[in-house]
Amino acid sequence: MGDLLRYRDDAAHEEPAVTLDAFLGASNATAVRIEPGEDARALLPHLDRIALVEVAFPAYRDGRGYSTARVLREAGYTGELRAEGDVLVDQVPLMRRCGFDSFAPRAEIDSATLKASLERYEFVYQGAADGAVPVWKLRHG
Amino acid sequence: MYQYDKYDQSIVDARVEEFRDQVKRRLAGEITEDQFKPLRLMNGLYLQLHAYMLRVAVPYGTLSGPQMHMLAHIARKYDRGYGHFTTRQNIQYNWIKLDECPDILAELATVEMHAIQTSGNCIRNISSDQYAGAAADEVADPRPWAELLRQWSTFHPEFTYLPRKFKIAVIAADEDRAAMRLHDIGIQLVKKDGVLGGRIFVGGGMGRTPMIAPEIKNFVTADDLLSYVEACLRVYNRYGRRDNIYKARIKILIHEIGADEYRRQVEEEFVAVKALGIDPPQAEFDRITAFFAPPAFDAGASDAIDRTDPDFAVWLDQNVKPHKQPGYAIVNISLKKTGDIPGDASADQIDVMADLATKYSFDELRVTHAQNIVLPHVAVRDLPEVWRTLDAAGLAAANLDLITDIIACPGLDYCSLANARSIPVAQKIASRFADQGRQRDLGELKLKISGCINACGHHHAGHIGILGVDKKGTENYQLLLGGSGAEDASLGKITGPGFDEDGIVDAVEKVTNVYLGVRADGERFLDTYRRVGMEPFKEALYG
Repeated sequence: MGDLLRYRDDAAHEEPAVTLDAFLGASNATAVRIEPGEDARALLPHLDRIALVEVAFPAYRDGRGYSTARVLREAGYTGELRAEGDVLVDQVPLMRRCGFDSFAPRAEIDSATLKASLERYEFVYQGAADGAVPVWKLRHG
Repeated sequence: MYQYDKYDQSIVDARVEEFRDQVKRRLAGEITEDQFKPLRLMNGLYLQLHAYMLRVAVPYGTLSGPQMHMLAHIARKYDRGYGHFTTRQNIQYNWIKLDECPDILAELATVEMHAIQTSGNCIRNISSDQYAGAAADEVADPRPWAELLRQWSTFHPEFTYLPRKFKIAVIAADEDRAAMRLHDIGIQLVKKDGVLGGRIFVGGGMGRTPMIAPEIKNFVTADDLLSYVEACLRVYNRYGRRDNIYKARIKILIHEIGADEYRRQVEEEFVAVKALGIDPPQAEFDRITAFFAPPAFDAGASDAIDRTDPDFAVWLDQNVKPHKQPGYAIVNISLKKTGDIPGDASADQIDVMADLATKYSFDELRVTHAQNIVLPHVAVRDLPEVWRTLDAAGLAAANLDLITDIIACPGLDYCSLANARSIPVAQKIASRFADQGRQRDLGELKLKISGCINACGHHHAGHIGILGVDKKGTENYQLLLGGSGAEDASLGKITGPGFDEDGIVDAVEKVTNVYLGVRADGERFLDTYRRVGMEPFKEALYG
């Protein structure tokens, strides 16, 4: 298990995440785990009581979690959004753009490689969940 | 054509450094081949039977003389002196060394080129009509839309690990020269009450389950385009199948839930996405469009032409198409000379075409999905000189859209997925029909060969299609009839039991003989097949 990487100022949420079914079954849990096939929109009525959403990446090739993250951020979720599982260093910048702000990678991520990776692109073409300004906006103000 | 500003250049330069770092980590053993695979694929680098293959992007098939020269330079310096133009309007090199790949990308970046997303489960290079900006029948130049999509899709953070690859084509004429409805998303620009918009078709494709895309939306304007396409992709990313690689393309999702249900989900998603403000303003669309303004044509140019040289006249009739500007023409350069490998060009030939573009075609070339090259804007008065130069370089085969203008995938000669060779079959068929009079008599006849069920050679869309399969350890070829990738899109049907390598050449000859025997005036092979059906052909083949 690699170290937890966080890009938030608040303390890490310690309560273990429960399954989506358990969460929706009238639990008072504040942390929930979303599997790739589950619909994050089921959480939208409850966002104000959630402190942590853990999005599972059982295999790095499965990209459903990227949409899960964006759906939650677009709905106004501001709590911790964690990518857990087969998270590789080259994916972290894309995940950051989709709104993830913490990472629990299965294998250790080299910090120097990650730093270079996160700083590599000065510009982005498209708007996403990270607030980066797309180049069309830079071109036209 | 489009030119990079500092932002575009910065992004492509950063990509070169990123890939250099990824290759370094792979060579140092810091990442496994399994982890490296999606990274190299996202940069068009495949591990083939004998070596690495690098696929370089030619966005919507348009490139300049200097860019074409760079492709020749790379063929010479890093490959074996040739390149292979593909059905996705790209070029690929078959003998690449992994450790040289970052340097190749760095050289490409100096002429505003790259290999970004030419492979992998992401949005691939956007394709378009090779006659864009030159065809009389277009409602607008489709390339500004394609460029808008290119920028939006480049390193799209949400859609880099899709269930499967994703291909988008944009056209702007009723005649479909880009097989638009055989793409994951096909867009046809149309005008409605004077306003330009796109008809959006989703869920087409070839492969083992070929499908023609249904229309999902009848009109989307440029200022909603990215939101709409983003909604289309998000529904796919969330609900496309990931349990079976052969059922992961968007066509399967749409087939399973139905076009109406898919449309409903997209519309719902569109409402959410549109609110995000991801669509660029009109000023950005105008900025891009300005790059595609018509070149400075000579308004007084004449259409007069001396046809006394019979070889020139044949080439003129077969390979040169009308231009929207009087006094100009569209020149098709066939890469299908009998005996050659379809789509291959030597570095010297690539240089010749680049020079011709600079001198005679406002510095512009196009790559076509039929694996040919186009000089889009040639003055009619220059055609004889262009033809002489092409002829001297072995590039004047006068067979555009004839039976020897064959689309073929690399097949078992190069590809690790193939079950059978495609290239020798293409060469044998071309030799059989090499006689100019004979192929012209057969008329338009699109023959397409794939060496496996993945259908890179578009066999489903061939008037005559050939599919190579493995039959108990020997190569066997199935024959299909009646496919089309044009505006009358249809999927070919298998005639019956397959043939061996020589047998398939004979079989092609037999079906063309049936056509010659029963065709009505003006009918193409495809028209005759559609009128008389499969039976007479089956009878000739197996009776």
